[in-house]
Amino acid sequence: MSNNYFDIIRSGINSTFQDKGREHLYHIGIPFSGAMDNRNYLMANKLVGNKLDSAVIEFAYQGPHLKYSGEKINFAVTGDVIFKIKKKHIEIEGNCYESYPIENGDEINIISTNKSVYGYLALGGEFDIKFQWNSCSINMKANIGANNGKKLDTGQRINLKKINSNKDIKKINYLNTKIENIRVIKGTNFDYFSEHGKKIFYEKEFVVSKLSDRMGMRLEGPKIENIVNTNIKSEGLIKGVIQVPADGNPIIMLSDHGTIGGYPKIGVVASVDYDRLVQMSPGSKIKFKEINLSDAETLFKLYEMETQNLLSQI
Amino acid sequence: MIKNISNLGDAAVYCDFGIEVNKSINSNVIKYFNSIKEKKFKGINNLTPSYNKLIISYDLKLTNFNEVKSYVESINVTDSITSISKKIEIPVCCHEMFSMDIKRVEEKLNLSREKILDNFLNKEYFCYMTGFIAGMPFLGDLDKNMRVQRLETPRVKVPKGSVALTEQFANIYTFESPGGWNVIGNTPIDVFDSSKEDKPNLINPGDTVIFKEITLDQYKNFNE
Repeated sequence: MSNNYFDIIRSGINSTFQDKGREHLYHIGIPFSGAMDNRNYLMANKLVGNKLDSAVIEFAYQGPHLKYSGEKINFAVTGDVIFKIKKKHIEIEGNCYESYPIENGDEINIISTNKSVYGYLALGGEFDIKFQWNSCSINMKANIGANNGKKLDTGQRINLKKINSNKDIKKINYLNTKIENIRVIKGTNFDYFSEHGKKIFYEKEFVVSKLSDRMGMRLEGPKIENIVNTNIKSEGLIKGVIQVPADGNPIIMLSDHGTIGGYPKIGVVASVDYDRLVQMSPGSKIKFKEINLSDAETLFKLYEMETQNLLSQI
Repeated sequence: MIKNISNLGDAAVYCDFGIEVNKSINSNVIKYFNSIKEKKFKGINNLTPSYNKLIISYDLKLTNFNEVKSYVESINVTDSITSISKKIEIPVCCHEMFSMDIKRVEEKLNLSREKILDNFLNKEYFCYMTGFIAGMPFLGDLDKNMRVQRLETPRVKVPKGSVALTEQFANIYTFESPGGWNVIGNTPIDVFDSSKEDKPNLINPGDTVIFKEITLDQYKNFNE
């Protein structure tokens, strides 16, 4: 029995517990999972005074509507998200990147993400949830992680097993930037594609399809022509790999991807752009720009320094 | 033994052991996999062995391509402990309730149902890799006269436990999943068990698998 808990009045479209994910399990078929947008995940935890690798609720498009019961705690929302806080006599519009106190009977209603996909809700405390392989991250495909590996459902109750004693309000000014080009490194099967196909890949616009989720992002656009073989012997995948199946439409592997695949790899998204890639909602236009390995490494270092700098300001 | 090492993006090393699929190449992949896994190099956070490739993923915050590549080039795989391979028997029921693609396989191979099952059951299989979905084993090799292509249109849902064929391989669907392999039977046992965190996979790369036919009654009573 816990004295501090949330009742889910509305679960939202795809609300799951996530943290930093799992390692050393690709060889048995289990992907990293974990929060899709790592920077926003870390900032959410920092804003409520949690350890940076604590569990949060990740939501896509429409988030959950929760009613809280218990002692006063803080919460924060990160991403580009519209949400409301309902107290006894008032309802206020919440701001992302700012922590708020909630008390017994208060409600958090996460209406929607704004021209983006994922948002994060962190609470100043610890959820009472199951961990598997050192992570609570829900992998719906293999039913692994908290909540029996299933997304959150309306009517459920989520208990907290601990709440933070420090209840300082924290805030940072941060704006999620959009990027025009997603930088990619040449894939291991780049030469499977015709000169024309390679040109299309780097010069034309693609549109993010509705058939995108935590496993992969499907793109629509001009077909990329393969001149060698539309299948390869199945081999390992990592997040960010761009596969092109026989129909010529690229698919980008995301955090819950299958660990093995048999389509040629035309490119891999540079790590620096992953957080912003996953936030591109269906209908968004996407263009790829080639960069080399050493530039990708330098750009990631800068991005990581910026993340650490933001965290230190909170 | 590694023919070529290159980068897969900025956070993985791609080790190419050749283009053929055979036990000898795959054993080399598994040897490297075991040695690297054993030694725990800083920053390496995942290893994905497959038929003839090994992908080594790392945390770009802790290391980089050149460091991991030099490390892979420097390791002595002969030092590595050889994996302990097991022989595993998998009960399979090929009743028409489960063998939804047997007719297609009969037509494609021009063999009778009895002959197909006879060929399939009287054979030992080698586990080349596991993955795609958690714990799914890729088992080879089927005889040349037993090789069929994938379904033209993959199924949206293949039932859990399905035993299926494609080209030179057999596999077992550890979860209900989309898939395009030719289903010829179903096993009542759990090939993947996430509650056993130290050993969730029943079948691991390098293991030998034999399928033993059971009747529908035996299937139904299996977990009682």
